Amino acid sequence: MDTAYETVETDVLVIGAGGAGLRGAIAAAESGCRVTVICKSLLGKAHTVMAEGGMAAALGNVAGQDSWEAHFADTMKGGKLLNNWRMAEIHAQEAPDRVLELERWGAVFDRTHSGLIHQRPFGAHTYPRLAHIGDRTGLELIRTLQDRLVHRQNVDVHMEVTVARLFASAGRIVGALAYRRADGGLLLYRARAVLLATGGAGRIYRVTSNSWECTGDGTALAYEVGAELQDCEMVQFHPTGMVWPAGVRGILVTEGVRGEGGVLRNKDGERFMERYDPERMELSSRDVVARAINSEVVAGRGTDHGGAYLDISHKSPDYIRRKLPSMYEQFLKLARVDITKGPMEVAPTIHYYMGGVRVDPETGATRVGGLFAAGEVTSGLHGANRLGGNSLTDLLVFGKRVGEAAAAHALQHGKAGAPRSPEVAEAIACLLGPLQRPEGESPYRLQAELQDLCSKYAPIIRDKPGLEEGLSRVADLAERSRTVGTGGPTGRVFNPGWHTAQDLRNMLVNAEALFRSALARKESRGAHTRSDYPNPDPSLATLNYVVSEGTEGMTVQGIGAEPIPDGLVSIINRSYEKYTPEETE
Amino acid sequence: MTVSISPLKLSVFRGEADRGEMVAYSVPVREGMVVLDAVLWAQANLAPDLAVRWNCKAAKCGSCAAEVNGFPRLLCKSPVDDYAGEISVRPMAAFPLIRDLVTDVSWNYEVNKRIPEFTPPEADQHDPEPWRMQQVDVDRVIEFRKCIECFLCQDVCHVLRNHGRTDAYFGPRFMVRMASLEMHPKDGLDRRPLLKGDAGVGFCNITKCCQEVCPEHIHITDNAIIPLKERTADAYFDPIRALTRRLGRRSAG
Amino acid sequence: MSVSNEAASPAGPSHFRAIVRNPYSVLPNWVYPAFVAVALSAFAVYSIWVVFLNNGGRYGPYLSPFYSPEITLRLGDFLIPPALWVAWAPLAFRGTCYYYRKAYFRSFFWHPRSCAVPEPRNRPGSYRGETGFWALNNLHRYALYAITVQMAFLWYDVAAQFLYRGSFHVGLGSLLMLVNVVCLSGYTFGCHALRHLAGGSQDCFSCNRARFALWKGVTVLNVRHDRWAWVSLFTVVLTDVYIRLLMLGVLPHGTWA
Repeated sequence: MDTAYETVETDVLVIGAGGAGLRGAIAAAESGCRVTVICKSLLGKAHTVMAEGGMAAALGNVAGQDSWEAHFADTMKGGKLLNNWRMAEIHAQEAPDRVLELERWGAVFDRTHSGLIHQRPFGAHTYPRLAHIGDRTGLELIRTLQDRLVHRQNVDVHMEVTVARLFASAGRIVGALAYRRADGGLLLYRARAVLLATGGAGRIYRVTSNSWECTGDGTALAYEVGAELQDCEMVQFHPTGMVWPAGVRGILVTEGVRGEGGVLRNKDGERFMERYDPERMELSSRDVVARAINSEVVAGRGTDHGGAYLDISHKSPDYIRRKLPSMYEQFLKLARVDITKGPMEVAPTIHYYMGGVRVDPETGATRVGGLFAAGEVTSGLHGANRLGGNSLTDLLVFGKRVGEAAAAHALQHGKAGAPRSPEVAEAIACLLGPLQRPEGESPYRLQAELQDLCSKYAPIIRDKPGLEEGLSRVADLAERSRTVGTGGPTGRVFNPGWHTAQDLRNMLVNAEALFRSALARKESRGAHTRSDYPNPDPSLATLNYVVSEGTEGMTVQGIGAEPIPDGLVSIINRSYEKYTPEETE
Repeated sequence: MTVSISPLKLSVFRGEADRGEMVAYSVPVREGMVVLDAVLWAQANLAPDLAVRWNCKAAKCGSCAAEVNGFPRLLCKSPVDDYAGEISVRPMAAFPLIRDLVTDVSWNYEVNKRIPEFTPPEADQHDPEPWRMQQVDVDRVIEFRKCIECFLCQDVCHVLRNHGRTDAYFGPRFMVRMASLEMHPKDGLDRRPLLKGDAGVGFCNITKCCQEVCPEHIHITDNAIIPLKERTADAYFDPIRALTRRLGRRSAG
Repeated sequence: MSVSNEAASPAGPSHFRAIVRNPYSVLPNWVYPAFVAVALSAFAVYSIWVVFLNNGGRYGPYLSPFYSPEITLRLGDFLIPPALWVAWAPLAFRGTCYYYRKAYFRSFFWHPRSCAVPEPRNRPGSYRGETGFWALNNLHRYALYAITVQMAFLWYDVAAQFLYRGSFHVGLGSLLMLVNVVCLSGYTFGCHALRHLAGGSQDCFSCNRARFALWKGVTVLNVRHDRWAWVSLFTVVLTDVYIRLLMLGVLPHGTWA
């Protein structure tokens, strides 16, 4: 077994090249650091490209009365006040500048009549607020940042490299062990600061809108090196994912369909949202709509394939093709459904992790010195439920802040420390383990079992027996994963069996954190719904469940949040002028 | 789940740079299955080390580019019932093979670094007011920015694929990239010297295969490459323009 | 004519069961280059015959597009073939046309004959695209200037024959000439170089609305440039053949005599 590795020394190591990682890397490079960006896929393929609707920022280009205060209030209310108020405040205040900056870097947005960045309305945003480019805003964000990054000095991008372990010494981060997919070569990174931007863990579920990469690597790496996780029970189900055919189950159907007037019906043709949210109907917040569809299915009023009908065919075919071009193409190509003629079949699909690494709101610092995090891998900004459009500006706002903070940390702390060699040796042995067990269990089978059990025992509506059963099954899987193999051949050159075995490790940590946190939160709030505790418990309103590694394994404890300052409370409670569109853009 | 009577015959190229062969797998068919589903089923159940790149499985990231029955396609956007009989899947032929369906596309990223980034003129750069642009001005650029970098156009371009002229031509993807910068209403840089020189726009002979394979339906040749050729002609091939430029310079000087 | 993906994408759900062997065309990949090679060669042979072995193209009110404008110049007793004064312009225009470049590079040079198929192996590095001799194609705009002048003559011819000898006249030849000039205009004014000159060279469309409108107009024709190119090639031949048959007395003459 070849345990040789190359050593790469850098100032700031950025793990992940989605929106937050790229923005962070640019910020760190512009602060004068040497930056190395590691991406698990090719550059520009990160899950951020799949964002459709837009990025929320109170530019006020369409609704002049919009303000950061209104955006802040919407974010807090949408997150059921579980949000970190300081993060929500920073986000609302800085988002407009980040969007304008992106435009100066070459991003192209749709325009208003007067030539400014156009903004579209979205669920639970008081004003039209989402800067967008058709229905592929994420791609625009990624491509702009990608080009900006590769033209900065002192930046290296290592594509198709996966981090297997972080190393800390004396409470400070010192480096990371990684492998290259192309040849299976090992890499030891020595860095003065590490920025985690690895995104969420949607792949622990069977039905998800998330991309292959979303295996919660960052949360697991941070947890193992001593950082805390928070709000891991808060997993957003997007109400509308594709259901049929089976091959495409989970692929996202944009909220834009409902924004453009799409209606939800059950198999009896009833517009059931009347019973769940008569005021906002289909444009209620995501947690409410997802639960509504789920309830219809449970009550036996679902479609043949276990979903609801989403119908936009009352609009003219031209209108649909103009406003929802990619949805039209997606259904025609993949489901053989012409959405201008008939309804789509939709059901909730896993979409976003509100929970994640617990960080300092100003700098994204974790409790491990030199370890920073930004984007979906963190927790706090979105509380118990994320509003559409807030994640893209989250990436930009906190990517920049955290990139700068990581650079400042790196510049303050002289030479990078060195990982201790026994630790490195142990990590390498663990990484190469599956390659030495050709007879070991198939990682694909374990991964499939994990996805099934998360879907079954941590669904939209949870209860104690289910969660306990899920937790014990995760423990069984974790035990079996110790002897997992590659499923077959043991070559190191682009061997996806081996890669899956690595991902599995991280997914199991995420699943355990999810079940333990979900058991701990004995109430229903936002995305977390317990049938045995169907109502919110006011005493838990400002309590975050924090996961950390104890001597006996994973522990969960409730930690009270800092109270919201009076000034911000009044901003939340203020009543905002209702928006009525004056002209159609 | 409906299982069709006869399973799908899927043959996939297996091998590394110097050797390889087509290996057949029998895959149960599910309704709505795309070729990527079939490949991933084979990977999970029959060939755990079958190397394939994929990310989103929704035609948004452009990772799963390969050649299905000889034609460059996204695997996730190729329903199996578009094909009769056996389906063969091979890696992109224009790039060095890593393993199975995975090729080394890093050359493309090196090319991108050689294209000067978006650079607004000084006045716009320091304009304290938000920029104003009309929708009609950005629409043309928006088409180019739909590109998901699957590199199918690079794969099918005969200059790269058959003649191996990676030394002389940046390829259709980067013509689109340069068009998106050159035609951006707020970009102030002139990339025509690069186009005529290292980027090698003259190596394109407008045979349009790139436009035919683009999964985003970008009119690569008509809207990007030909206008760039015309702009290059303005600067280098138009004798009257050259003359008026020279006269203009003389009278100014 | 072109092997486009529209030909293969089913129009709607009802067509989805159609079996498509070749994702880009239902035709084998030699059909397109073979068709182009045969059609262009036939046209070339016919043109050479008309230009060099005929001395006129007028019959009553009708004038063949090969002979417009009519220029008669003698060197002693030798009549310079009148079509020579005309033919160079369409030859240059079509020869440097962005559509025909695709057609002949694919059909005659096999660079490439179809997409994603092996090409005949040249000496390594011998392929130079349009950087060597073929860089002349960059002068397409000058051919456009010339052909635009010729278009004015062709439109004049059509107008003139309607008013043959002071009274209104219409016949089958009139219709052919009209259809021909419409098709030639559709082809000429959908030119990629014209699209550039009209407005494509501008980065800011909204700064000059007139040029933007012009650009949009050219674009409408440009989208089907290949179809216009072929249709107008056939109408030219058809018009000439009709007039030539009248001249040879094969067809009975019309009512104007």
